[in-house]
Formats: sequence, C-alpha cells, structure tokens
Amino acid sequence: MESPFFTSLKCRECGKLYPKKATHICEDDFGPLECAYDYSAISRSISREAILSRPKSMWRYRELLPIDGDPTVGVQNGFTPLVKANRLAKALGVDELYIKNDTVNYPTLSFKDRVVSVALSRAVEMGFDTVACASTGNLANSVAAHAAAAGLKSYVFIPADLESGKVLNSLIYGTNLIGITGAYDQVNRLCSEIAGKYGWAFVNVNIRPYYAEGSKSIGFEIAEQLGWKFPAHTVVPMASGSLLTKVHKAYQEFIKVGLVPESRFSIHGAQAAGCSPISRAYKENANLIHFVKEPKTIAKSLAIGTPADGYYALGSMRETGGASEDVTDPEIVEAIKLLAETEGIFTETAGGVTLGCAKKLIESGKIPRNEPVVLVITGNGLKTQEAVMDHIGKPSVIKPSLREFESLLAARTDA
Amino acid sequence: MPIPVTIPTPLRNLTGGADTVQTEGATIGALLDNLDAAYPGIKARICDESGAVRRFVNIYVNGEDIRFLEEKETAIKETDEISIVPAIAGG
Repeated sequence: MESPFFTSLKCRECGKLYPKKATHICEDDFGPLECAYDYSAISRSISREAILSRPKSMWRYRELLPIDGDPTVGVQNGFTPLVKANRLAKALGVDELYIKNDTVNYPTLSFKDRVVSVALSRAVEMGFDTVACASTGNLANSVAAHAAAAGLKSYVFIPADLESGKVLNSLIYGTNLIGITGAYDQVNRLCSEIAGKYGWAFVNVNIRPYYAEGSKSIGFEIAEQLGWKFPAHTVVPMASGSLLTKVHKAYQEFIKVGLVPESRFSIHGAQAAGCSPISRAYKENANLIHFVKEPKTIAKSLAIGTPADGYYALGSMRETGGASEDVTDPEIVEAIKLLAETEGIFTETAGGVTLGCAKKLIESGKIPRNEPVVLVITGNGLKTQEAVMDHIGKPSVIKPSLREFESLLAARTDA
Repeated sequence: MPIPVTIPTPLRNLTGGADTVQTEGATIGALLDNLDAAYPGIKARICDESGAVRRFVNIYVNGEDIRFLEEKETAIKETDEISIVPAIAGG
C-alpha cells in the first residue's frame, strides 16, 4: 500500500526526484535526499481533532512521517512531557520556559527512539532483515533495542571510547557491537564503505532520508503541547545539525497543513566548545564549516567534527533569526546540575550543552527574557555518569545512630 | 609528471572502474580540466554550472580541504596526494 501523503525522495540541492528506495545521495551532485510530501493531500486528512483522537505517541502525526503502511517498530515512542520549568526560569531570569523532556523517551531514553522508529518501520516495509548504524551512543542503544524487539539482526558501530553506560545499553540487547578506534567521523566513514558493500539498512546512511524525518516529531509535539502554537525560541543541540533542521521543518509543515497559524519563531543551535564547527561558522558569519579533526568534549553524543547537515542548520538558524552558542566542559557540568537541582530532570551531557548555551543566549540578549523558550533536552543522564561523577559530592556515611545523625545535621546547618 | 588522484566509488563508472587515475595540472582547476578531457563528464559531477566545486564534494590536497586553501587556484605538485571525496552523511 502506497502512502497518499509521502510521495518521493528529493535532492535538497537540485530538487531532482527519486523513488522511495534505500538511497540517500543525489547521483548528479551528491546532495542529500530528503522526503517529499503532498501537503494538499495531508491538509485534507489531518486536523487538530484527528490528531487529538489518536494515541499519545509520535505516530499521531503519521501523515507527516515517511512510511507507506502502519508503523511496525516503536509504535509507542514519543509524546514525551513538555515541562513548564518555573524554577529553572527563575534561575535563568526568563518569564516562560519549558523543557521538552526526551530524557524519558520510550524505550531507550533519548530522542533517537523517534528516528529509529521511523527508520526501522521503513526498513521492515522495504524488506530488510538486518539493520545497522554508526553512532555516538544513543542511536546505538536505540537501534539495538528496536532491532531486538522487531526480530531484526543488527550491527552497531561506535567509537571505542564511549561512556560505559552507552556501551552497556547496546550490548544488553544482544546486538553485534563493534567499537572502532577513532572518532565518530572515522566510524562514519567506515560505515559508508560497509553500507556500500553489504545489503543492510544502515539507518543513518542509506535509510537516512527516512530516519532523519523522525526528529520532526519533537517539533510537532512541542507545538501541540503549547496549545497549537510555536515557542518564540527553541534551543536545540547540534551534532550533525539534522535535529535542528527537522524542528524547523516540523514548524514549517504545521503552518503548511493549517494546524498552526503563521507566526514568528527562532531556532537556536547549541554545541560543545570542544567540537563546535557549526557554532564557529555561525559566529564567523561564514557558510563554510571548518571540520574538527579531533573533537575534545565530554559531550560525546555531540562530537561530530564533520556535521552532515551543518550547512542547512546554519541556514535554519539564520532564516529564523536564531543564533548559535557553545559551552565548555565545566559549563556543561554546571548546566546538568542546574537542570537537576531546579527541575528534577537528569540529562546527559548534550542536555547540559543545550541549557548552558541557552543561558548564554539569554545573557547576551539574543533570547529576550520576556519571550517563551523551549529547551530540547535529548537524552538521559544515567547514560553519561562519568561526566558528573566527580562533581556532585559523595553520600555522608554514618553508623545507625541517632546521635551521629544529629551531629551530622548540626555540622551541615552550621556550614 | 603525472599526479595520482583518488576517485570515489560513485565516479568510478566514468574512469572505467579505476580507483586512482593519473593526471596533470599545476592547479586543482587545471587538474579537473585535464581529468575531464580524459574522462568526459567527470567535471560536471564535481563542479556546478558556475564551475565551483559542489557543496557536497570535497577535494583534499594532502588531507586539507581546498576550500581552506586557494580553492581551485590551489597549486599542486606531483608529490601531493589528491583525493575527491563526496561528503559523508551521518549522525
């Protein structure tokens, strides 16, 4: 059954159309292929009422997601809480602030469960029995888990020096986990060679046009959860830059199909100072991206030195009046703690990058204090414990004695 | 003196399957012209209508992207390592 809504793949550079196959690059100019839709057909099918009548998952926007039949993998994913963060707002000195909390995305606690749901549903539709990915960790976890649940074989390639939580959270699902001695970009280069040789569904290589579209669901949910409107400011972490461009696309599509009236929104990008190729180009007002050969940051999930969508992420930020920032490792740790202590949300390092950069954007006036802000928090802190372990103190240990407890309490009150 | 140039998989149908070809030129621009004379059509895949190297194609001289050198005016010699590499999607 063909989708009446999702029509073809289209080159982002020259616009050439391609059939909906497992392919990702334009054969003429090497531009990336993107999913194209029939928006007038979608406008006739989709409505706020129709969406509200559907289960609370990312698939309630299914007309705008690129599969032909019903989703078969990750059907329950998405629709994470949009938390009104009053205590954090006060700490940052802004009036209205929300956390899009993908630290609790189902089932592997990061936004990657969205993209993998689309990628593997599409891979199953296309008849693949083996899936694979190159990953900085979260994607690895998600591909391994979903492949297990769908009964697919999986090969997952990661930099060998990833956080132990991310390694364990892939291995547990019985995937073939391969650590590569090198940075993510080298893992990725190897994967593009492997993808060319083996007939697998490589979610972020030959299935990338489908996979990337899953990120739009974050943008759809934010708009719906805010009462069918866009926040004036959305702050998004950038690794390849794909997520940022897809949040932008999501907002544009909601306008196109008549779900949200046209209104102003700015999308801002966040990177770690130790790997900030996109942020640097933004600040230098350049279109050329200086690739980072050796990323050095605790935000390993964002450590992509050759961001595939960097150019388009720059375009999205500039077009929407957004800005870009970057933060150091100590600033990332401070931000992780701030989010935990004000809102009870434990994010991984990427979330620390997002919050740390938002803080800078507020302080510099790029995000005015009286306009609504949404921070996209993409992953869970339990997976990157190494980053904060030495910065949060240790439990006080006492004998089971009331006197010891009271003297401890007195010492703490004095301090 | 000929200079070896590494050809990426998607362009090897134009070089008879060869992954490395020998060509000449004092600059990258001249090298691309000579490459196109030997393998007609290859330049149009690498450069756009205005002659600029396409956004998703990288040309490296000794591992350095020519965008950060002198672009197509980058001078080359026979001992240089020249590779043409399409950008890799991912992440």
